[in-house]
Amino acid sequence: MSTATIDAPAPVDDALKPFIVTLIVRRFNPELDDEPKWVDYDVEMFSTDRILDALHKIKWEQDGSLSFRRSCAHGICGSDAMRINGRNRLACKTLIKDLDITKPIYVEAIKGLPLEKDLIVDMDPFFESFREVQPFLIPSKKAEPGKERIQSVADRARFDDTTKCILCAACTSSCPIFWTDGQYFGPAAIVNAHRFIFDSRDDAAKVRLDILNDQEGVWRCRTTFNCTDACPRGIQVTQAIAEVKQALMRGKP
Amino acid sequence: MSQTIDAPRTPVRPARKKGINWEKWGWIYMRASGVILVVLIFGHLFMNLIVGDGVSAIDFAFVGGKWASPFWQWWDVAMLWLALIHGGNGMRTIVNDYARGKMTRTILKGAILAAVAILILLGTLVVFTFDPCPAGQPADLLPSFCAA
Repeated sequence: MSTATIDAPAPVDDALKPFIVTLIVRRFNPELDDEPKWVDYDVEMFSTDRILDALHKIKWEQDGSLSFRRSCAHGICGSDAMRINGRNRLACKTLIKDLDITKPIYVEAIKGLPLEKDLIVDMDPFFESFREVQPFLIPSKKAEPGKERIQSVADRARFDDTTKCILCAACTSSCPIFWTDGQYFGPAAIVNAHRFIFDSRDDAAKVRLDILNDQEGVWRCRTTFNCTDACPRGIQVTQAIAEVKQALMRGKP
Repeated sequence: MSQTIDAPRTPVRPARKKGINWEKWGWIYMRASGVILVVLIFGHLFMNLIVGDGVSAIDFAFVGGKWASPFWQWWDVAMLWLALIHGGNGMRTIVNDYARGKMTRTILKGAILAAVAILILLGTLVVFTFDPCPAGQPADLLPSFCAA
């Protein structure tokens, strides 16, 4: 038994034709350079490729010393947040076709955190403020043996948006307050506090609200919406911060 | 790269536990005073610029007449206090956000505080003690309506 097959070659789609894209990457080698410098690279790309593919091509074919973080390469692990054309994005979720390739594409490390090498920054201060809001379930009593903690669909939906955070630091490092005053907790820590403050199973909202009521807590937020724009998961970060402010004024979630 | 900027959150300051939270009340004040100021300022502009003869009616006598009424005295004083504290607090947050160094911050915030305090005191004094026709002054220095 034979199946009819198409013998004629399929017409080549425009999306399948490669073209040259110029990337200008802010390079910094702490052992050789005093200051970071911008370096040009021409790479052959398809419109369906991502910035991460371009960085791979540079690293694998042109300059093996280019350093950047990436793990899953599919927008889940949150390793490859970087500043692409002046906006914080995940390199693995930014498609070439969505950028203006008639001009060079500028890629640099996220701002506000200490630069270590090329596109890699020291994430410790970021995780330090994340830890400080106690981002884990603190129930007042033990669950019954063999039972889960029951939660209604509505109670779950209350904090659904902020459960999506992947801790990529795109929001915190896009925040102008964080750039100028590193004491500020930053949007990511507040988002993760929000996730537990509004969780009906958690009983330590007061503790987290007290932490965020600090001088460097939510009141430093100037609602510039940079964080909401930067979030690769589409979390309404500024709204989450505003909800924490409301909870602080009420004194309870 | 010369590392002149400290890493964020160093040294980590512990969260404060008690006392009045001025950051919180400052934040609430900005929202509350903003809403009231919208009413006060647009009311002020409407009364001065649109009602009656409009902007051409404003002269010494117009201001004198307005401040003869306690209603406009309190309206203007409320506007003065709310707007100056609102503006001063806004400037303070900008200093907190952008001024580096303890000394610079202290000087700038001190200057803002002095400007706000002096303007509020002077303004309040003028509004409540304003007398367009002070007694015992030579008539040629007084506005014409004082003779009546």
